[in-house]
Amino acid sequence: MPPKTRKVIIIGSGPAGLTAAVYAARANLEPLMFEGYGWGGQLMLTTEVENYPGFPMGVMGPELMQAFRDQAERFGTEIVPADVTRVDLSSRPFGVWVDDEEYRAEAIVISTGASARWLGLESETSLRGHGVSSCATCDGFFFRDKPMVVVGGGDSAMEEALYLARIGSKVTIVHRRDAFRASKIMVDRALANDRVHVRWNAVVEEVVGDGRVEGVRVRDVVTGETETIPAAAMFVAIGHTPNTELFRGQLELDPDGYIVADGSRTNVEGVFVAGDVQDRQYKQAVTAAGSGCIAAIDAERWLELGQALETDQARTASAATGN
Amino acid sequence: MASTKVVEITTDNFQGTVLDSEHPVLVDFWAEWCGPCHMIAPIIDAIADEREDLIVGKLDVDAHPAIAQRYGITGIPFVGLFRDGNLVKKSVGAMPRPALERALGLDD
Repeated sequence: MPPKTRKVIIIGSGPAGLTAAVYAARANLEPLMFEGYGWGGQLMLTTEVENYPGFPMGVMGPELMQAFRDQAERFGTEIVPADVTRVDLSSRPFGVWVDDEEYRAEAIVISTGASARWLGLESETSLRGHGVSSCATCDGFFFRDKPMVVVGGGDSAMEEALYLARIGSKVTIVHRRDAFRASKIMVDRALANDRVHVRWNAVVEEVVGDGRVEGVRVRDVVTGETETIPAAAMFVAIGHTPNTELFRGQLELDPDGYIVADGSRTNVEGVFVAGDVQDRQYKQAVTAAGSGCIAAIDAERWLELGQALETDQARTASAATGN
Repeated sequence: MASTKVVEITTDNFQGTVLDSEHPVLVDFWAEWCGPCHMIAPIIDAIADEREDLIVGKLDVDAHPAIAQRYGITGIPFVGLFRDGNLVKKSVGAMPRPALERALGLDD
């Protein structure tokens, strides 16, 4: 028996997906959401969020996402914990699979977000979980009073360095250029912290250590000299890659893998997109949430339009046959 | 909903519940402040509900750091499979259920 066709399926459960769910649920679209193993998205890896409006004293990332999720569920969003393994955007209704389980929907909102990028070194892979990490709030705890390295130059790198400076003895930010791209407030805070040091113009060559991290060997891109910074842990914060493998070949992607969108519309009619998976520029929780709202409203209007057209066509057809 | 089958593991009961157990024991090393630990919590609950052959426990590394230290744990969520008192399989980080089960040898 073919599965019941849903009005809208939402893939991904960060601020964008959960906001789309709140709006779609309140519009009686009975959304089905595949939240995946990474539910909550990147905010689940943060501590305090200071720039989400409505929280003058800040709010913890995981707490904020739990509240988003509760709100989506309150209005009747059905949440499936699994990861989508395949989609078919060429058939109508659209097809979505979790292994052999098939789901169908008239409209889809994609909000699969982005995942932390790694340096791509062999030593980085083999020492992951043994001092190499992309989540300072998860693993900083294990390196109390120890020296640590943070790789990167954006806001996430500054946040991780400042967080780790409260735990470790010394934090060295390794950055490949001579200036940070992070916001001024974060850079100022990092540079003002006595425990935070910066190794400018340096790239990581190897994570040194046998079974656990003992140091990070860096090469100066200007002088070519190498040195090993003693460290018990290395946290990587060099940006994110959009999670679009699922849609490759079915949706227009830009050269970096982001979904190409006009507002929330993709090149496939009925497929809408929101959040970091299509955002090369802003990548904020609040912009993701805003775009989730836009995608849900666009999907709702598109569904209404389709219904109106069908009714019109049925009317025209019945008039033509004289019934 | 958290599974009622998940046992709380502490410094005091670790020896008896995990190391001296006749059955294999899956231990989820986690902490309240660890987002990815919350991400995989539903998977751990589902495994506890579905697997009759396993004891599934959770150990809060913040409250019981000595046990985490004994196994050299420096990254969580860390899920370990203990058999006859030994840590035989492990997995670090949040991942989809099939990948977690593969890492822990629970997929056959």
